[in-house]
Amino acid sequence: MSPGCPSKKAHASNDQPMRFFPSSATEIQEMLSKIGVRSVDELFEVIPRDVRLQKRLLIPGPMSEQEIEAHADALEGALKTPERHFLGAGAYDHFIPSAVGALVGRSEFSTAYTPYQPEVSQGTLQALFEFQSVMAGLMGTDLANASLYDGASASAEAVMMALRVAKKGRVLVARSVHPEYRQVMRTYAGADRLEEIGWRADGGVDTGVLASRLGPEVAAVVVQSPNVFGVIERLRDMRTLWGAKGPLLVCVVNEPVSLGLIEAPARLGADIVAAEAQGLGVPLSFGGPYVGVLGARAEFMRDMPGRLIGASIDKHGKRAFVIALATREQHIRRERATSNICTNQALCALAVTVNLALLGPKGLGELADLNHRAASALRGVAVGGGGAAPAFSGPYFNEFAVRLRRPVARVLEEAEARNIVLGLPLGRYYPELEDCLLMCATEKSDPSRFADLAPLFRA
Amino acid sequence: MNEERPGRNDSLSRAGIEPTLFEIGRPGHGGYSLPRPPLPEGADPIPGELLRQDAPPLPELAEPEVVRHFTRLSRLNFSIDIGMYPLGSCTMKYNPKICESVAGRRSLQSLHPYLPASRVQGVLKLMFDLEQYLQEVSGMDAVSLQPSAGAQGEFLGLKLIAKYFEKKGERRRKVLLPDTAHGTNPASSALAGFEVQEIKSGEKGILDPRVVRKAVDEETAAIMITNPNTLGLFESQIAKVAEAVHEKGGFVYGDGANLNAILGRARPGDMGFDVVQFNLHKTFSTPHGGGGPGAGPVGVKQKLVPYLPVPRIRLSEGRYLLEDNLPDSVGRVRAFYGNFLVLVRAYVYILSHGGDGMKEISERAVVCANYLKERMKERYHVPFDGPCMHEFIATDKFQKKQGVSTLDIAKRLIDFGFHPPTIYFPLVVHGAMMVEPTETESKATLDRFADAMRQIADEIQEDPRRVQEAPHSTPCGRINEVVANRFPVLRWG
Amino acid sequence: MKKKKTSHEYPPDLLYTREHEWARREDESIMIVGITDYAQDALGDIVYVELPEEGEEVLKDESFGFVESVKSVSDIYSPVSGKVVEINLDVKETPDLVNQDAYADGWLVKIAMSDTSELDDLMNAEQYKKYVEEELEKDEE
Repeated sequence: MSPGCPSKKAHASNDQPMRFFPSSATEIQEMLSKIGVRSVDELFEVIPRDVRLQKRLLIPGPMSEQEIEAHADALEGALKTPERHFLGAGAYDHFIPSAVGALVGRSEFSTAYTPYQPEVSQGTLQALFEFQSVMAGLMGTDLANASLYDGASASAEAVMMALRVAKKGRVLVARSVHPEYRQVMRTYAGADRLEEIGWRADGGVDTGVLASRLGPEVAAVVVQSPNVFGVIERLRDMRTLWGAKGPLLVCVVNEPVSLGLIEAPARLGADIVAAEAQGLGVPLSFGGPYVGVLGARAEFMRDMPGRLIGASIDKHGKRAFVIALATREQHIRRERATSNICTNQALCALAVTVNLALLGPKGLGELADLNHRAASALRGVAVGGGGAAPAFSGPYFNEFAVRLRRPVARVLEEAEARNIVLGLPLGRYYPELEDCLLMCATEKSDPSRFADLAPLFRA
Repeated sequence: MNEERPGRNDSLSRAGIEPTLFEIGRPGHGGYSLPRPPLPEGADPIPGELLRQDAPPLPELAEPEVVRHFTRLSRLNFSIDIGMYPLGSCTMKYNPKICESVAGRRSLQSLHPYLPASRVQGVLKLMFDLEQYLQEVSGMDAVSLQPSAGAQGEFLGLKLIAKYFEKKGERRRKVLLPDTAHGTNPASSALAGFEVQEIKSGEKGILDPRVVRKAVDEETAAIMITNPNTLGLFESQIAKVAEAVHEKGGFVYGDGANLNAILGRARPGDMGFDVVQFNLHKTFSTPHGGGGPGAGPVGVKQKLVPYLPVPRIRLSEGRYLLEDNLPDSVGRVRAFYGNFLVLVRAYVYILSHGGDGMKEISERAVVCANYLKERMKERYHVPFDGPCMHEFIATDKFQKKQGVSTLDIAKRLIDFGFHPPTIYFPLVVHGAMMVEPTETESKATLDRFADAMRQIADEIQEDPRRVQEAPHSTPCGRINEVVANRFPVLRWG
Repeated sequence: MKKKKTSHEYPPDLLYTREHEWARREDESIMIVGITDYAQDALGDIVYVELPEEGEEVLKDESFGFVESVKSVSDIYSPVSGKVVEINLDVKETPDLVNQDAYADGWLVKIAMSDTSELDDLMNAEQYKKYVEEELEKDEE
């Protein structure tokens, strides 16, 4: 484009237009004249010579679209998608209706920025307001925010919020909270502020130990339900361990479909709910992007992290939506903000809202029931007729752990040979569960093909 | 004031531009279709007290109602596919469709994150290569793709620094920030456990190494610098600033928000930066999604490599694997490996341009910004009038006399089909308009923008109310934010 | 929305801080505290006020709460040290009172002073008016 620019040669050789840059060489020359410089290099003279890059970047390309698609085909060729898998553990394989993709794919949504100018962002703003409404309804909380990065960081934000609200220094965390979520909590809050509580034989948090660890310095108790073993926690019983003046109860939910069947955590006594909403319309996508959300009681409104959208009126008195309570956020409160989060996961939140609108109360209930029944049938095969033993006796939703009679690695290998990924070996995170396998079934699992798994579980 | 006070429900029942899902829904409607697999009726029971007592409070709509609702909502948005979006420091450039096409592949979308590494070699290779490309672009020694956004990248970068000092047994509490810093910088510092000390940028808008030298001491863990800074100026004293901090054993953190200005021309790693975060949704053109998802990978120099989050992607004997067992690691900032589909888009964007194309990006971005600055200067105050990088600041200084402010000018721009620039930032400039046109705007578009700005300046002379009451062409007028904040209504019902 | 004023009130019977709080002596030991007319005007529409609880100890020149407008937050610094004996619940409910009547209905807290000599550090109306005018001039530059 400019004299003395080595990239000119590289591109001139194939003499194609630069498809993403809508300016010709002549137009660039006109702009340079108006600026009053002779070359582009002159504009970069503000960069001192000793920090200027003296070489070409060693990055392949430029590739044409066709070359890229072929390259993507090759990468795809290096994937071995299993014929069946039974993985869950914080990432759930649910069917996504076509309307979700069609609407989320609209570039009016996907190529918009954060809705700082409400007059030209009502689409995003209203959709997020609707997201807050449906998610608060599902979690049973007074309020929900407009999303956070993912369930794990939402859980960590919930811990930080609880420490702030309670003005106390310690948090008790069930070891049955997803191990990666706990890792994130440690990174955010510091390991020294967190104490872990084990589980009982039924797989629920050990309330005996929990009760003995409560004290005036405890800001919050964090549990997950269903927990990482798939076991549904008895939140209401737990809440009776302490009175109104005790710690806050934080409930993590990472399988949101469970909320179609299981009582909303806040209605069972949770003060803060941190959820991963991926299961409600966001594809597995090798772990991201997903969509976290935080719900809380109304009195904690000003302590919540993340964006909040509010209903208001415009100057003609018409209802309109706008970012509310922005003074909590980093761009105003800076080092005293409730979180450093700037963006949220708006597009994923949109997917969840669309999907929930399609499902409605009845659809979500039926979907949840279907999941529960599929998991129940799968578990029946795993533990039936000389097969595996249930690892825990507590009630479960669509995921459960079984104790195998043979080394987990060997069983997984045999399944692999049949192009099946049978589950997640729990020994990876819990040494004492090295003979246990975590399995999940959803509406996408084919129950007519469960029976042929039975031999894998036998001795 | 009182007549403006809406009760919780009456503000919602006022007619809006588009009814909410809850207003559209009717009992008995539904938009789902579920399979009917041959499952036995009985299932392992869940005790009644754990079950939902009432159906979840969701609206009931059929598919056409849902599709029309969200399609109508979409039409109330401005977006980069509609027009120029010159938000300073946000790098709102065109998002190539090929990136969407690849990220939309079913094979990628259907991958469970816990599939064994042997099954996902293709995507591990993609991530491994993307790390290499980002290293090459930035001159850093290693990259982690994990952070979900720029702010999380900042937090991670600062945590790496904290861990470094913790391992060394040093207590360093302080992070230095120029007064032009993005708000995420102080917020991330506080979240990572540091205290913030602000330092003034010099008269010409750039950091003075003497000022930094005075501020930095043995308590200083790091300085955070955006280069080019938020005034659109290259920190030309960066090497000396870095030297001053390094001499005292501190680190130099680079906020990569403005990397678009220097791609292929200069690299943070060659300027003395020890940590830098990349905003893939800015520089590498992944769509913003109305506020996410983005991605904020972090690049580090050798000294900080041991502390990077788990898992790390390794290449060993031709196979890629995820390594979890790194005892010095800070841990994780999120579950799984990062916003994978965002990473895919950035990877495709980089390959579409190639190494030399990176340089084309920054060159054109800088030409566009300087050209637009020259045109804006005709009628607006430009406080730093040397050559700028990819963005520049104009202000309302000349217009204030007519009682018209930056906010009014921004709102009036909407009527001309443009998204307003970033306004009232950086905080050190009164009435700032921070304009970043990006390389994907044509000269013709820049001229139309400049013409609109000129016309607005004329209007301010002739009919300031026209500007003060803008926008006139949007689905709604200016919104009463006082009501929204005094009586927050944050959900339906 | 609120329009900016062209001039501000500086009641002569009050004492003032550099952080734009006022204090009025209610009796020997109790001071009533609020933010000044200039401060409320500079903030614009106040949407929320955070106050300490009754019984809390506050220190001179240290923040005991904050006032929020739509896009800003400002700390409120105590003009004197002592114990909070009463807070204005009406401004919690109707923050607009601070805008409407900063020196009367918009008062924020009552503090039982622990050291009345601290009052000597505060400005009188004339001094404060001059101080504000200087601030405004600096702003113009």
